[in-house]
Formats: sequence, C-alpha cells, structure tokens
Amino acid sequence: MAMLHTVNKSPYQCDTLESCLKHVGDGDVVLLIEDGVYAAMKGGKAAELIANANGVKICVLSADVKARGLEGKLIDGVEVVDYGGFVDLVVETDKTQAWL
Amino acid sequence: MKLGICVLEGPYQHEASDTAYNFAVAALEKGHEIFRIFFYHDGVNNATRLMVPPQDDRHIQQRWSELAEKHDLDLVVCVAAAQRRGILDEDEMKRHGKDANNIAPGFRISGLGQLIEAEIECDRVVFFGD
Repeated sequence: MAMLHTVNKSPYQCDTLESCLKHVGDGDVVLLIEDGVYAAMKGGKAAELIANANGVKICVLSADVKARGLEGKLIDGVEVVDYGGFVDLVVETDKTQAWL
Repeated sequence: MKLGICVLEGPYQHEASDTAYNFAVAALEKGHEIFRIFFYHDGVNNATRLMVPPQDDRHIQQRWSELAEKHDLDLVVCVAAAQRRGILDEDEMKRHGKDANNIAPGFRISGLGQLIEAEIECDRVVFFGD
C-alpha cells in the first residue's frame, strides 16, 4: 500500500523530512511543498538524505519551487509536479500523510 | 474521487491556507468531488467576512466563499475553535449574547464530527497546516 507523504518544513528549520524518510515504505512518494522544497536544493543540507532515499519517489511542488527561486537548482532525479500533479499523487496513492 | 480537505492555519499567517485553496481548485479542475473542507484550529480565521486585505493582495475569505458558491462546496468551521477566536454566526451570536457575528458566506459552523464524517465518507483527506 503506497502512501503519499507531504513535507512542508525546510530542513534548515527542523528534521521533519528526516523523520519522514525513516518511516517511508517502498513505493511511497514524498512530496515537498511550501518551505519543504528547500530540501531538494542541489548541494543543500538535505541533499545526502534525498540521495539515500532508495525506493521512494521524491517530488516538489513547482509553484513553491518558483516562489523561492529554486528553479534550475534542484537535485537531479527530483520530480517537479504542479498542483494538478499533487492531486494525481493523492489519487494514485492509497493514503496521504501530512508531516506537520 | 471523493476528497476531503482540512485547513489548520489562519490566512496571511501561514501558507497552508493558500496551498489548500490551490489544491482544491486543481482537484475540481480534474473533475474530483470535494466532499467537505474543514477549518480547524487557527484555520477558522479563514471564515471571517470582516477581513479587509489590501486591494492588490488576494482576498483569502472571498476566494473560499466564491469557490464554495461556484462548486457548491461544504465549508465547515469547528465550533469550539471558532468560539475561542471570535468567529460567530447568527445562532452563536445570540447564544453567547454577543452584539455581532462575522461568518462569511458559504461557511457554516459545526462540530468535529464533521471532520470524522469526512474521513469516513472520503476516499482521501488531505491536511494543510504548520
């Protein structure tokens, strides 16, 4: 059973993403939204964490990436989705867990 | 698919309310049904019709009210959270002997059971908060 995890905290603020990645299962998707998108920054604090997230798809919300000027600065392999893509992820997975 | 949304943060204070709105719009555009949007904790502050943001800023309450009217959405405000924060409808105003109410069009005040019902009825419920 695949789950969608939304993470909205910057890795520079707290360790929400780290906690989340300790709990994800194979086939799960982690969607970084709001300040959470900072984790997808190339060479950033969470880069290693993201690189080691095997079997988990990491996505970022395009509007939040754009709002923070991170376009073109994302880690390779991170998938960029728009709000429609966010909705699709909610539908495609069995449950959505918000890591608030 | 039948979706539910829960908003836990107030307008202009946190991005949660904006993210939830954009998500709701995208879901409706894709043809999904939104069974209910539940406003809880500081999220109840989305429901005051007395907010007056600058004209060049988004009007978060109006935006919810318009979306609700257009798509016949059920916007529910948690009663206990609303009372604490001074969000009142006509009935609550009278019940507590207050001289005014401020609930915006399209919103209604009800209990936490409405969130539980959404969890039971919906295929997915998505939470937006801090």
